[in-house]
Amino acid sequence: MSRPLHDDKLPGTPREPKIRRRSAHEAKAAQGSRFGLSLSYLLEPYLYLSPAVIFIGLVILVPLSIGISYSFQSIALLKPFDTGWVGFENYEALLHDSKFMLALKNTVRWTLYSVFFQFFLGLGLAMLLNTKFHGKKIVQALVFLPWAVPAMLSALTWAWLFNPVIGPIPHWLAALGILSEPYNILGDKDLALWGPIVANIWFGIPFFAITMLAALQSIPSDMYEAAEIDGATPWQRFTKITLPFLAPMIAITVMLRTIWIANFADLIYVMTSGGPANSTQILSSYIFTTAFRKLDFGYASAIAVVLLVLMMLYAMILLRMRQKLVKV
Amino acid sequence: MSTRNRATRPLLVGGKYLAILLYLLFALFPLYWLLKIGLTPDKLIYTEGTALWPSWVTFDNFRSVVTQTDFLIYFRNSITVSLSTAFVTTLVASAAGYAFSRFVFRGKNLIILLMLLTQMFPLLMIISPIYKIFATVGLLNTLTGLIIAYTAFNIPFATFLMQSFFDGIPQDLEEAAMTDGATRFQALRLVIFPLTLPGMAATLGFVFTAAWSELLFALMLINSNDTMTFPVGLMTFVSKFSVDWGQMMAAGVLALIPSCLFFFFIQRYLVQGLTSGAVKG
Repeated sequence: MSRPLHDDKLPGTPREPKIRRRSAHEAKAAQGSRFGLSLSYLLEPYLYLSPAVIFIGLVILVPLSIGISYSFQSIALLKPFDTGWVGFENYEALLHDSKFMLALKNTVRWTLYSVFFQFFLGLGLAMLLNTKFHGKKIVQALVFLPWAVPAMLSALTWAWLFNPVIGPIPHWLAALGILSEPYNILGDKDLALWGPIVANIWFGIPFFAITMLAALQSIPSDMYEAAEIDGATPWQRFTKITLPFLAPMIAITVMLRTIWIANFADLIYVMTSGGPANSTQILSSYIFTTAFRKLDFGYASAIAVVLLVLMMLYAMILLRMRQKLVKV
Repeated sequence: MSTRNRATRPLLVGGKYLAILLYLLFALFPLYWLLKIGLTPDKLIYTEGTALWPSWVTFDNFRSVVTQTDFLIYFRNSITVSLSTAFVTTLVASAAGYAFSRFVFRGKNLIILLMLLTQMFPLLMIISPIYKIFATVGLLNTLTGLIIAYTAFNIPFATFLMQSFFDGIPQDLEEAAMTDGATRFQALRLVIFPLTLPGMAATLGFVFTAAWSELLFALMLINSNDTMTFPVGLMTFVSKFSVDWGQMMAAGVLALIPSCLFFFFIQRYLVQGLTSGAVKG
């Protein structure tokens, strides 16, 4: 951040003499002269925002526009003499691509289950951590730990846990009678997606828990005290105070998290590489395969653009809902 | 407290501890397994795969990771990149979050939408354009390049996070200070900043962790051993040593230490619940 600016530092704007202390009466009178500062007041938000906008513009938006332009070109390293603009050819090819359709379906499953469990378990955890209990400090530090584990490392660890030869999970499931024998779940095309989903739930709960906990702690505690004196039940306190307070935070974190998870292929890539028979291939892992295995960057970009458009639609719907939610 | 509450209390408390215990098990078991593999001697890794406890424990894997590999270099690079990213991002995002929270201005919705847009596409899509741009300006293969990229990608979320923290602080506080003659910046520094500390600490923690674990950009933008970060270094264990699982998991355990320390540090601020306390007073 460039050093935070305040009114007096702005060049070319009327300056207000620095007054250290004023009585409330004088201050009221000074309100009028404050309008003289309106220009700096108008500029101020942009000054606070400019470093963020510059970073995002240069490092994300410019490359993004280039990336989108790739989707209208033929950029396949295996066809080096066949490059150039091809219009919507890449997109037309998508319509006949059964792998793409499967990946789209898997993306929905992967995202839905991951977000659902991460959110509810995370909210539950945050509410637990917002109460008093013995050893809270240490518990809190420990339950947040999964978030600190690099995705690749958690993917490797979970792949071990799911492995029928060297991991315990298939044996447990067999002992519980859920599996007939300890076989490889990650190799079963009906179940394989659950491997990365479980890893993702484990990895993502702390994220929701931390955000929710921080939001919970910003709720003034006297509201609860007042409600309790008025005889509100815990459930009433939850629905009438906690939820409305958390709603804006919930809407934004659920939305962002959904989008991240839909785009997040690290776990899938390390645990199953999209297999068996593409049964765990989601759109973003399919993009990776297309770009770096088939070296077809044009087609990969087209898939990415479709995913981007879907995410934008989803975000629009959720933002509409949030507006309604916050108004109530 | 009402009588109804008192009657259900022991049950609630019991349930609470049970829930905490269950969650702890879920959160820690994979980490225990990671540690277990790191501590198991190589020749027992497969034969004792499913046993809950290794019959023999060794620190050989840890020792060889530190002494025989470039682990320490990766480690230092990751610390540099993650800390710088976390601090720069938090500063930039705090300013932006404050602007979103306190001002109504032209173009606000457009900037918010652009920030949302940055969260919506797979990063793979822009890797090769970024690669070309970084190659042109000489940022390829540098830690500075990584810091710049990570900062940019973390700013949007960090901004939303900071905005919601600022939203939680009543505007009356700085207005009162400004009515008393403080400039906005003075009001920010003396009144608002202390209240935002837990939020900033949380943001710092998020961004640090995100930068610490990031693999894709590091993999694509870095190819020299001197500037490799930790996750990329871990990948080299796969190829260089034909997957030396013991060493890899040992390195993984070591990589967790800074994150753990960081979380312990961040926690103090989260737990203090400064916001609610101060707003009341």
